Amino acid sequence: MRWLLLKDLQILWRSPLLVALLVIYPIVVAVLIGLALSRGPEKPRVAILNEVPAGGEVISLGGEEVDTSLYSQQLFDAVDPVRVDSREEARELVRDGDVLGALILPSDIPFKLQSALEPATVEVLYNAEDPVKAQLVRDTIKSQVQDANAALTRKFTGVALGYLNLVVSGGSSSFLGRDFAVLGLGPAERILAQARASLPPSSPARGQIQEVLDFARLARENLDLSDELLGSVAEPIRVDARAVEGAGSTALSSFAVALAVTVSLMFVTLLLAAGTLALEREENAFRRLVRGLVSRTALLGEKIGLAAACSLLVALVMLAGLALFVELDWSRAPLWAAAAAAGALSFAAMGAAIGALAREVRVASLLAFMVSLPVAFVALVPSGTVSGAIYDTTRVVSALFPFDPALTALGAALDGSGGMLLPLAHLLVLTLAFGAAARLGLRRFD
Amino acid sequence: MIEASALSKRFGARRALREVSLTVHAGELVAIIGPNGAGKTTLLSILAGEARADSGGVSRPPEEIGWVPQQAALYGRLTVAENLRLFARLERCDDVAAAVERMLAQTGLAERAGDRVETLSGGNRQRVNVAIGLLSEPEALLLDEPSTALDPGQRERLWEFLRGRVDGGTAIVYSTHNVQEAERHAHRVLVLADGEAVYTGSPRELEQTVGASGLDFEAAFVEFLRRRGH
Ligand SMILES: Nc1ncnc2c1ncn2[C@@H]1O[C@H](COP(=O)(O)OP(=O)(O)O)[C@@H](O)[C@H]1O
Ligand SMILES: [Mg+2]
Repeated sequence: MRWLLLKDLQILWRSPLLVALLVIYPIVVAVLIGLALSRGPEKPRVAILNEVPAGGEVISLGGEEVDTSLYSQQLFDAVDPVRVDSREEARELVRDGDVLGALILPSDIPFKLQSALEPATVEVLYNAEDPVKAQLVRDTIKSQVQDANAALTRKFTGVALGYLNLVVSGGSSSFLGRDFAVLGLGPAERILAQARASLPPSSPARGQIQEVLDFARLARENLDLSDELLGSVAEPIRVDARAVEGAGSTALSSFAVALAVTVSLMFVTLLLAAGTLALEREENAFRRLVRGLVSRTALLGEKIGLAAACSLLVALVMLAGLALFVELDWSRAPLWAAAAAAGALSFAAMGAAIGALAREVRVASLLAFMVSLPVAFVALVPSGTVSGAIYDTTRVVSALFPFDPALTALGAALDGSGGMLLPLAHLLVLTLAFGAAARLGLRRFD
Repeated sequence: MIEASALSKRFGARRALREVSLTVHAGELVAIIGPNGAGKTTLLSILAGEARADSGGVSRPPEEIGWVPQQAALYGRLTVAENLRLFARLERCDDVAAAVERMLAQTGLAERAGDRVETLSGGNRQRVNVAIGLLSEPEALLLDEPSTALDPGQRERLWEFLRGRVDGGTAIVYSTHNVQEAERHAHRVLVLADGEAVYTGSPRELEQTVGASGLDFEAAFVEFLRRRGH
């Protein structure tokens, strides 16, 4: 057995292309993923035409100065802005694909905001050729505009409340530079009550004043409630996001790392296990070995062990490499190793089953590729993108292959989200099942 | 030495062997001849313990039989010496290095010992294949069409080598579709046709059975099969 292992390592070592592939592939994947994660999502390039004259951004609301450029600045920060000087230029950049979209701030925005008679409008131009990019531009701008809207609404509400307060309680204000006093409903009520008391009891005006008094009290009481009402208008719907499915869901970066490692683990292990087993048959050595030299089960064990050990090494090197880009919790390293080892064993058993079916290394490698791509794809189908029945089917299919549990186990090992025991047990069952299938496959060649 | 009794084997509906029996003694060289598809490989691989018969039995366990399959069973990426060493270890030879040296010397491959098998010619590859079958110095040796890939010179050396073994007491069974080769080298022939053993005896007796003097052995053999309806 150890001689066979030594022989396989020797043969592997003498297949420079394969070794290069096994070493380079995970490094390339790790670096790519690492770079992608450390750079973060790119901001969309957007042309900006700001027609608001300099200094015109400051508006006055209820006597308060509000600098609207604060809001436009937030919007510009969310994108990669390209300043332009005319609508034609903006349109051209969008049409040529130099920018994903264009944002036009018309000169009348501050005026419309201040008058609050009609909504201020910003214009967005986008190129709809690529629906994904178009969506990105629309979403980015929309969410920024919504933020600005919410902030401005709070300001408007504050101003409106101030006026209401004036009406209810009275006080002084200024309008167009002129100061004036407002009596207010409360004081008016008091004055009226005094006036009513001074009237003779028989006076018909008493009843009329009483009516006015009743109205004033009612109005005051109801207007008092309106600040709460207006407060809720400022933010009619508040978004309270909470993840439900994917309990304790894995953080994006850990997920990407787990995905990169699982994909590499799958390819390396499947190819090695299937390839080395098929090689025994391609070289006709299988027949020589199984007549008393090595039992079929031992031969299978050797291939599975070899493939799993090699790919585990690759996976650990990859994780160490990714740790340069992404913050990984090194204290959890034994857990990563356990998850990767269980995944490697399971993939190796599956690879051996593939290798047992194929007589040639080339056929075995092709089979391994053809099987692993859809397995990974099916496991990654997100819920909600396909109909319920199809999604359930993808879940069942995924459960039959090691990719999904390996990804779950590795994700859990990386950031402690969710339990590891269940996916590990799942992997163990799959290892035994694929090992048995491989053993059956070998019997076919008696 | 080796006794096989009433071996039968089916592949689906095809009967590759029908109750074939064979006894080989120490120091005997037996040829299995027959047209392609007659069942020669099937018979030998059952004797070698590589395939299982549906019925019938073989007296000797596979570990005690040397086996040289028709297609070289070697690792192309390993050198000649590495192949020999690997199989010597797997065969649990007492002195691995000595066994490898001996086989390299006997097969005349000593100067190619460090070459990878994938770089060898078909003939040399076959020599390594034979050498592996002999590593454990078995008392019985089976070879499936051993001379097919060899040129006349190499063929001659192979027969010299095998005769030396036989003289040392090894029982050897080989298959061939070259009837002349059977006539020249074998003590006894087993003629297989459609999985049936139609004749066992010395090559000379086969010629006499056909009864046509003046025919060479190959012609006698073809005539024999024709009369038997094959
Ligand atoms: N693995 C197999 N599956 C199906 N048929 C086989 C197999 N091996 C051999 N046969 C058939 O059995 C018969 C005997 O084959 P074989 O022993 O290889 O003949 P020979 O060696 O005399 O040319 C042939 O008809 C062949 O097609
Ligand atoms: Mg044959």
